[in-house]
Amino acid sequence: MIRFSHVHKSFARTGVALEDVSFQVNKGEFVFITGPSGAGKSTILKLCFFEERPTKGEVKVYGLSSAAYRNVDVPKLRRRLGIVFQDFRLLEDRNVEANVAFALEVTGAPPSQVGPRVSRLLAQVGLGAKATALPRELSGGEQQRVAIARALANDPVVLVADEPTGNLDERATRGIFQLFRDINASGTAVLMATHDLDLVRRAGCRTIEINRGQMVFDSASDGGFRPSAPAEAMEDDE
Amino acid sequence: MRLALREALLAFRRAPMLSALSVTTIAFSLFAFGLFGLVALNIRNALRNVEDRVEIRAFVADGTSAEATSAALGDIGAFPEAASVRLVTQGQALDRARRELGEFSDVFEEGILPASIEVRLKPGFRDPATVRAVAKRIEVYDFVDDIRFGEEWVEKLHRLRNIATLAGVALGLTFAIVAIIIIGSTIRMAVLARAREIAIMRLVGATNGFVRAPFLIEGFLKGTLGGGLALVLAWLALAVINRFVVQASFFDPWMGAVGVVAGACLGLAGSAMSVGRHLQKV
Repeated sequence: MIRFSHVHKSFARTGVALEDVSFQVNKGEFVFITGPSGAGKSTILKLCFFEERPTKGEVKVYGLSSAAYRNVDVPKLRRRLGIVFQDFRLLEDRNVEANVAFALEVTGAPPSQVGPRVSRLLAQVGLGAKATALPRELSGGEQQRVAIARALANDPVVLVADEPTGNLDERATRGIFQLFRDINASGTAVLMATHDLDLVRRAGCRTIEINRGQMVFDSASDGGFRPSAPAEAMEDDE
Repeated sequence: MRLALREALLAFRRAPMLSALSVTTIAFSLFAFGLFGLVALNIRNALRNVEDRVEIRAFVADGTSAEATSAALGDIGAFPEAASVRLVTQGQALDRARRELGEFSDVFEEGILPASIEVRLKPGFRDPATVRAVAKRIEVYDFVDDIRFGEEWVEKLHRLRNIATLAGVALGLTFAIVAIIIIGSTIRMAVLARAREIAIMRLVGATNGFVRAPFLIEGFLKGTLGGGLALVLAWLALAVINRFVVQASFFDPWMGAVGVVAGACLGLAGSAMSVGRHLQKV
């Protein structure tokens, strides 16, 4: 599903962000990327949705390799991924329904299917009653649920989440995390960057730790690995 | 396409102030260009009116037979440069002189002024070299005593026309470049104001073409509205000039249409460049 092979990433201004990072996320897996701020967690996620290219090494996501791809392939890949951010990234001037519909419309979904699909997605994230609310009228947790509904719009194979609970209180964090667990239980792999170690500890999912751009721990190979995905979904599909 | 059109129209509703600012900026840029165009158009018309008076006058010797002048009129009329040829008899020359000189009309006696052949030239053949060449071809007739075409005046007029054309092209280009820069910056502002939306569109898998389409439509609409508004402003300015300063001409309908289409094209090109540059960066 996602494979990092000896990935290095440097930025002209800030220098080395990642050094020789290799790991693999299989279909249906739930994987945490942890580490302190500035460790390189967000860079890993950006490499996953091809927002960045590795300086060295190869990133392969759902069959698309960073070593050989055309720009036109990137939108197609992103339609197979769901992306969630700490700051929600909702369109402030559109209501909840329109924010979710937007993700379907940009992929050319038939207009007749957009409405019913949006209703189902909002019901799934528990926001069926707030379809016409504007983002600013919602709590942080609710806004994140809208962002998750949008991320799920195109039936992603992987949900990539960058500190999705970073702006939320504990109660909202629990709710959002449970939502991720439910999504994962239905077969969607989840790759979540977080520095909330309590959450990671409680969840008991596979954990990759990054520090100063280096992968210092992977519970899958260093012990303590407890698969979070359904057993039949653990094989790599690549 | 329907979605792109909807997004483009929604952009006007979501950011009415910014949209109005874009349209107004485009309108005033094109209005400045249009005012210059009006000045250039009226100078050109004035020069054309003066040029219409470029004329070669060949004075006919006394006693020239009517057959000879009539044959010459036929020959000269067949010159490709000639727009019209006519014979002014001694009597007609005297009448005209008396008419033009008013109170001094009685100083002329019968038969004092010679008959002449007056040749007017077609547009495009009124430059000094052509006028001189045609005059030389007429001069060869035996009965031609003298030939005049105001050589110095024709040369001055030609120089003035050249200067006006050069200044027109240089100023027109400058105005056009300034308009393009202003319009480009205005549209770039609109693109930057929606940078977040563009980023989100790309994250959910929108292609560059999909992202670009609403901006192109928006730029086209703003350009068209700006062009139309510029035309209305130019018309109002001309109405004021006509009333208080001097009678001047307005653009032909097709020139007005060209102005609006130019606005639309500038809006489209400005959007294409701005959004293209933005997409390359993100």
